[in-house]
Amino acid sequence: MKMLKVVLLLTLSLFLSTANAAEKEMKVGFVYVSPIGDAGYSYAHDLGRQAVEAMDGVTTSYVESVPEGPDAERVILNMARKGYDVIFATSFGYMDPMLKVAKQFPKVAFLHCSGFKQSENMGNYFGRMYQARYLSGIVAGKMSKSNIIGYVAAFPIPEVIRGINAFTLGAQSVNPDATVRVVWTKTWYDPATEKEAAKSLLDVGADVIAQHQDSPGPQEAAEEKGVYSIGYNSDMSSFAPKAHLTATVWNWAPYYTKVVEAVRNGTWKAESAWPGLAEGIVDLAPFGPMVPKDVQDAVNTVKAEIISGAKKVFVGPIKDQSGAVKIAEGVAAPDADLLGMTWFVQGVVGTTE
Amino acid sequence: MLHMRIAKRQEPLGLGGSCLVLVLALALSLALSGFLLFLGGTPPVKGLSTLFHGAFGSRWAFEDSVLKAIPIFLCSLGVAIAFRLKVWNIGAEGQFALGAVGATWVALSYPDWPAYFLLPAMIAMAAAAGGFWGLIPAFLRQKLRTNEIIVTLMMNYVAILFLDYLVYGVWKDPTSFGFPMTPAFSDNAVVGKIGSSSINWGIFHCLGLGFLMWGFLKFTRLGFELKAAGDNVAAARYAGIPYDRLVMLVMVMSGALAGWAGFLEASATVNRLQPSIMVGYGYTAIVVAWLARLNPLSIGIASILLAGLRVGVENLQLDLQVPAAFGGILEGLILLTVLAGGLFTHYKIERKRIR
Repeated sequence: MKMLKVVLLLTLSLFLSTANAAEKEMKVGFVYVSPIGDAGYSYAHDLGRQAVEAMDGVTTSYVESVPEGPDAERVILNMARKGYDVIFATSFGYMDPMLKVAKQFPKVAFLHCSGFKQSENMGNYFGRMYQARYLSGIVAGKMSKSNIIGYVAAFPIPEVIRGINAFTLGAQSVNPDATVRVVWTKTWYDPATEKEAAKSLLDVGADVIAQHQDSPGPQEAAEEKGVYSIGYNSDMSSFAPKAHLTATVWNWAPYYTKVVEAVRNGTWKAESAWPGLAEGIVDLAPFGPMVPKDVQDAVNTVKAEIISGAKKVFVGPIKDQSGAVKIAEGVAAPDADLLGMTWFVQGVVGTTE
Repeated sequence: MLHMRIAKRQEPLGLGGSCLVLVLALALSLALSGFLLFLGGTPPVKGLSTLFHGAFGSRWAFEDSVLKAIPIFLCSLGVAIAFRLKVWNIGAEGQFALGAVGATWVALSYPDWPAYFLLPAMIAMAAAAGGFWGLIPAFLRQKLRTNEIIVTLMMNYVAILFLDYLVYGVWKDPTSFGFPMTPAFSDNAVVGKIGSSSINWGIFHCLGLGFLMWGFLKFTRLGFELKAAGDNVAAARYAGIPYDRLVMLVMVMSGALAGWAGFLEASATVNRLQPSIMVGYGYTAIVVAWLARLNPLSIGIASILLAGLRVGVENLQLDLQVPAAFGGILEGLILLTVLAGGLFTHYKIERKRIR
């Protein structure tokens, strides 16, 4: 009986503490698809969360390793019930669950990363990672000797396909003979599978390994074989110091702090945000010592052009794998086409299924 | 030095004793987890109460736990019946996937059928697809003497890849920007929620099927044959029990139940088919079946407890920033202590006299 009282008291105090916090502090919740310690995608988002946590009058919390699907709805719902003011859900599969919850809590600001649906109080956002991928493609194209570049990729969805295409276009811009071989792992985070996939690419002669995966597994495979690699999500050079040429990285802090500030001021409106290199949301990690100065300069020149808007990545003529022209000469593909991209450009070896 | 030895009991431990062992095992696992929380810098009592509160401490939490328990219960009921016959069906995951595929096929093909016709058709198709997926390894086991553990496990991958093939290919929603998901089901194909709660009508499917299963095992001749054949195959064959047919029957039932769970997940919780429907309920079901010693009622309780654990851990993460991996550790500890506690059903530990 006494135990019961203690438990009840504790629960009550929990209730009270959450209620008080809601009055004083703004609460911001994050939902992650993988553990934050993975140096990958969720890790990058969590760096953004820490920047929000550092703001005055804001507390943050997160739930990691939330499977996409019905579990996500419960997690998001739980945050909304606990009085969170802003909720960021950072994986594609959270889109429909978040939309359902958003309808029930019209006063909470919901933000979904990488999807395409929105409502009155639910916006979506993503970064133009393909811009950074294009730059990293230039590095890979310059550094490859076998002209076979391996790409370990998670799922054949537009985000990943877009990245592979941009990467390939970048490589071809400096090395017309370069081909990019794609292996699908069908997982975002599985170090062993990712490493095995990278090894299969090394076996067919790839001498640069790029990845759209959340673990450093492919980097390690490249390091062991003594070839080059390009990381993703965050600077992965510590996992493969001899192989790591650079990495395409996320930098969410400026965006997250901006959104939270806007919600606090009451100026936030649900929108579809797609910032890129110019806003500093995506970038390249520092070059490894093996990348020659002229390659670095070439990349930085293109980077400046993309930032200024002088250069766009997907400008025709761009052909698909069969040789058919998908983007006509001189035309820049509109964002809607990029968001729904389901075909590979010429020079990619692999299928989109 | 303490000298202990393990001795067989004359009689298995009674109900009271078993319950005591179970409670002690749970207490031990909770104490160990509390210690782990303490090591991680979280106050253990507050941690465990947050966990409990998140799982069962409010109406919402309780509903969430029950909701999550529904597919686990059905899959577990399925594997338990196979396990009773000592047929090791590891394939609930794949049977679940095929069930979801079967239900989706009906839902997408005949969206305009009225619900009272469409839903039973979806269930029938899901159960048939799941049952078929269970029949194959049973057939191979009895005719070609293959190992059902390997075959069912491998067939999981085949089923999931088939599901992927459909949602990435022919069934992909044309308006989904290339993302892998089928179009949303029509309202007729959705199992709704009960009143204002978040629990869907699937809970009644669980109650009905659980009750049927209990009656089947307890009162029918087949149910008895199942138990007899599970205890001793040779004796059962000698007694004229058609063992081969029995194996195929339980595997079909097992698969059909997992397929039914797949139907409920696709229809009631996701309202469409997408790859993320596969979150490992088929494997969780095995854990639950063993925790519950294959008894239908205990499976119900164990599914809700395990579902509650998973739901509660989210609360623990959110409020106290405990890593997600803690949930897995706690689950493992509970399984370990409860199964180890099962030793005391048939054995006791005695102190050896030292001369």
